Amino acid sequence: MTTAPPDGVPVSYRRVAAAQARRDLALVWARRGQALQPLLFAVMVASLFPLALGAEPGKLAPLAAGITWVCVLLSGLLGLEALYRSDAVDGSLEQMLLSPAPLALLVAVRIAVHWVTSAAPVVLAAPLLAEMLQLEARLLGVLMASLLLGTPLLSLIGAVVAALTVGAGRSGILLPLLAMPLYVPVLVFGAGSVAAAAQGLEHVGALMLLAGALAIGLVLGPLAAAAALRISHS
Amino acid sequence: MNSLLLWFHRTGSPPNFDRFAARWAPWCFGLAIVLMLPGLWGALFEVPTDYKQGDSFRILYIHVPAAWSAMFIFVAMALQAFIALVWRIKACETLAVACAPVGAAFAAITLITGSIWGRPTWGTWWEWDPRLTSMLVMFFLYLGVIALHNALEDRRAAARAACFLALVGVINVPIVHFSVHWWNSLHQGETINLTGGESQMHASMLWPLVLTTLATKFWFVGSLLQRARVLNLENESAQPWARELATGGR
Repeated sequence: MTTAPPDGVPVSYRRVAAAQARRDLALVWARRGQALQPLLFAVMVASLFPLALGAEPGKLAPLAAGITWVCVLLSGLLGLEALYRSDAVDGSLEQMLLSPAPLALLVAVRIAVHWVTSAAPVVLAAPLLAEMLQLEARLLGVLMASLLLGTPLLSLIGAVVAALTVGAGRSGILLPLLAMPLYVPVLVFGAGSVAAAAQGLEHVGALMLLAGALAIGLVLGPLAAAAALRISHS
Repeated sequence: MNSLLLWFHRTGSPPNFDRFAARWAPWCFGLAIVLMLPGLWGALFEVPTDYKQGDSFRILYIHVPAAWSAMFIFVAMALQAFIALVWRIKACETLAVACAPVGAAFAAITLITGSIWGRPTWGTWWEWDPRLTSMLVMFFLYLGVIALHNALEDRRAAARAACFLALVGVINVPIVHFSVHWWNSLHQGETINLTGGESQMHASMLWPLVLTTLATKFWFVGSLLQRARVLNLENESAQPWARELATGGR
């Protein structure tokens, strides 16, 4: 699809999206050390739990899925502020707002790149976290499925909240405070599916609900984030 | 333009809104007190003691109206927020933002009275029951709206961002309620069903509840008008009428 901006030159949505993705990926690559920080954070938090709870055999296993989920969720919160921060500082955000391409498309690409570069590595490392926490091997599949469905949803919700706080300067702790109540259902169904599987109960339902929520989130998330950006950055 | 719409637009203009709020807020507070006092009297002295819970159930007459108000105010806030964002009506932005502290207070009262009530009847201050959990999340959402409103420099953008968060929150609240319901059903919990006693409530126990419920609603409207008036005056502090009002015409 294309739209014609006021000066008459049509804009191809696909090329705009590709350009945005290239730019965002290049920026991440330029600071590739930073991109691994959420992963490191998740591993470190996961290693705190055995230290705090004691590592007797069988003690961690029932908690492993929940702890892994919380670690992944917290590490996602850490990187959320970076989603628009540098753009807001150097003025690229204004260009995005003024662009003839729909803001929601640009934001969607931004969220996708953010998920691939910050959440996906943590999800890939989840087997490692699960092993550290002595999760039963048979539950790993459910855990991975729930994380793969849940973390994009977390990124989408987080992008809306981050868009609202973009005008707040260095908001610090504000962003996690706003995002966490909205993360509750994702956490409940994500960690809940593994808990159900552990008890031998039906767990596909929770995964289906997550998948359905993700489908809705993929449509509404970028639109809501774009609307929020226009509100807080007007 | 019909007269209702005209009234709506007139009242929405800041100076008229100020007059409107100044006029009606005391009436709302007065009515709330007039209803609350006999309601509390009835709750504490008139209503017969519960055969199972003894006198501890009397906290219900605070707890339940507060819980209803907390939920009601969230919906009212989201409704105002929706109007504010769609039609860009300034008065609704102010009203939506002013809802948040009142709702947060009622949610806090609900949680505190609930845990005081839970101690003798359930034997615990806190239970991860779906209702408690969703009220807690609602409380956090209220705090989020307040925090976001305080965090942004530009007052107009702050109000609109807070409105947006309120809208996102109102979608979230039923989802949270549903999800924790699902989550708790896994654990076959021994949670006591709160609704059990309520539907079969005897008429002799009901009337103070009606009074205190109405009282909290009037208190909410009064408090809302008062808070919205303050926000309105702050927003309009550059205007001559607001200055005149603040300085008492000096």
